[in-house]
Amino acid sequence: MALSHEFQALTKSFSGVRVANAPFIIGFPDLHFGGFGVDEKSMISVLGKWHKDDIKSYRKESPHFVQDDRLFEKWLDLHVAFLKREFLRLKNAVVLWTMHPWERDARLIKEALIDGPQAYGVIIEVACTRSSEELLGARRAYHSLFDHSIEEDVAYHINDSHRKLLVGLVSSYRHERPKVHEEIVKSEAKILFAAIKNADKKNPIEDEEVVRIVTTRGKPHLKAIFKHYKEINEDLHDDESILAKTMQCLCTPQTYFSKVLDASLRQGADENTKEALTRVIVTRADEEDMKEIKEEYHKQHGVSLSKKIDDVVNGNFKDFLLALIARGD
Amino acid sequence: MATHSVTEDCEQLRKAFAGWGTNEGLIISILAHRSSAQIKLIRETYAQTYGEDLLKDLDKELSSDFERVVVLWALDPAERDAFLANEATKRWTSSNQVLVEITCTRTSDQLLLAKQAYHARFKRSLEEDVASHTSGDFRKLLVPLVSTYRYEGDEVNMTLAKSEAKILHEKISEKAYNHEDVIRILSTRGKAQINATLNHYKNAFGNDINKDLKTDPKDEFLAILRATVKCLTRPEKYFEKVLRLAINKRGTDEGALTRVVTTRAEIDMKIIKEEYHKRNSVTLDHAIGKDTTGDYEKMLLALIGRGDA
Repeated sequence: MALSHEFQALTKSFSGVRVANAPFIIGFPDLHFGGFGVDEKSMISVLGKWHKDDIKSYRKESPHFVQDDRLFEKWLDLHVAFLKREFLRLKNAVVLWTMHPWERDARLIKEALIDGPQAYGVIIEVACTRSSEELLGARRAYHSLFDHSIEEDVAYHINDSHRKLLVGLVSSYRHERPKVHEEIVKSEAKILFAAIKNADKKNPIEDEEVVRIVTTRGKPHLKAIFKHYKEINEDLHDDESILAKTMQCLCTPQTYFSKVLDASLRQGADENTKEALTRVIVTRADEEDMKEIKEEYHKQHGVSLSKKIDDVVNGNFKDFLLALIARGD
Repeated sequence: MATHSVTEDCEQLRKAFAGWGTNEGLIISILAHRSSAQIKLIRETYAQTYGEDLLKDLDKELSSDFERVVVLWALDPAERDAFLANEATKRWTSSNQVLVEITCTRTSDQLLLAKQAYHARFKRSLEEDVASHTSGDFRKLLVPLVSTYRYEGDEVNMTLAKSEAKILHEKISEKAYNHEDVIRILSTRGKAQINATLNHYKNAFGNDINKDLKTDPKDEFLAILRATVKCLTRPEKYFEKVLRLAINKRGTDEGALTRVVTTRAEIDMKIIKEEYHKRNSVTLDHAIGKDTTGDYEKMLLALIGRGDA
């Protein structure tokens, strides 16, 4: 006879969200959807032991099955698709991790182009948080993988106001000299400030000068602009605009990554947002970034990234992520 | 044996500077007959042996046109392109055409090396300099041309070629020469794809695209667009024209002459000479001989003769 705590365990292992201390609640499907990864061990121990009657009881009680007219408990398509995605999280993470970083970034950009406007953030992230040489490597890999250049595909597939900015960002080959010209920093900070203030009349990312500054200047120069900008006005940190995202990626990537990770771990996050968990951890695990990202995350959210992942994520996928984060500790 | 002759070259060059005046003949006879790889070795050995930069000594000892052709030739191709590109961005010698020439006639990797050399020498990126020194339509075209890293494979999509030929024709008919799709196609597509597109353009619409871009002979932007197309598709014809105009100009345009000879001597000078002969009924050697003199002439002739057996 199946025990109710086993029902709960199986639900959670199917990436159902844990509802602390609550008994198995029938009829509230949203409480049982939206976790991360699958708990392989639990599935094996529960399902491996249950008789077919236990499984039938589970189907009858679970909100993810409906009683069909032809007298069987039918699994909701949406949930089957959801499970498939959750089962694949480990595979995606492992494959991405093993891949050469250049191929990784090239494929991420290609997928983002296919996913459309909701994934522009990924293009910005890859183009802005990698070093000049890493981005160049991704451009080379893209030639080999897709017989096109990144810039021609970005220019072709993006037809809206984002085109100029995104093409410029993926084409950049910045000089990373540490020395910075104060007067130019000041005048370019003014230009950015004016464009942002004027945002309701003209989209800042369609301003030629804004695009020029953000897509061609080196990072130390941009960091100086960011700092100067903060001194003369508000912070860009809470701004959700594309320009703000771009500046954050270029100047304070650990803050950007910490935000993206937090969003991915929240309940009810959509797939695009959730994907960031794998992407950010796999792409930054070997970089000096990861240490800073963990510190920033802890500072912003009062709990360590590892603890949060431990709470929210299941199974082998969780173990893999935790192992990646712990590297270099 | 190779090392021995590098040492000899250095000694001879050092001798050429010794005492009053300079033995230009000696300089020509050595440098004009070395490849860029060999010159690199000579520069390194010269620096180790005499503690001085060969280029600085050349700069001290030589003058004007002759100096420029020797110094440009002695630079590594990537450094040369970086130097020429930097010159082109400076306001007082602004030359958008030179930027188009460098970004469109080089291979993707040659352009990349030039950009790396630019980083090293000028401590800025070529993109940021071109962006901050150009404006309007010229910036719209030149920055993407400088930033691109074109796919260099042979893969061509014929459906795309047809649709992009149509777009180009539409925009040109509307006189929307600076339209972002025109710029997108010319500045991001690989050369094989562009060739396919422009071939289709001619088949479908009757004219070469450059003929349709000639509506206003005084329009500088159209001239730059035509140069872009030519550099991407028929560089040898582009260079022939630059040379022809440089030589026929009242008093030669030494800048253009020097630039083309030094940058193409190791690449496609033979083809350019054939093109020149075809178009002008005299050889390039003959034309240069007629229009230039002295050591400058000797150096140019030595350089364009490099490919000949």
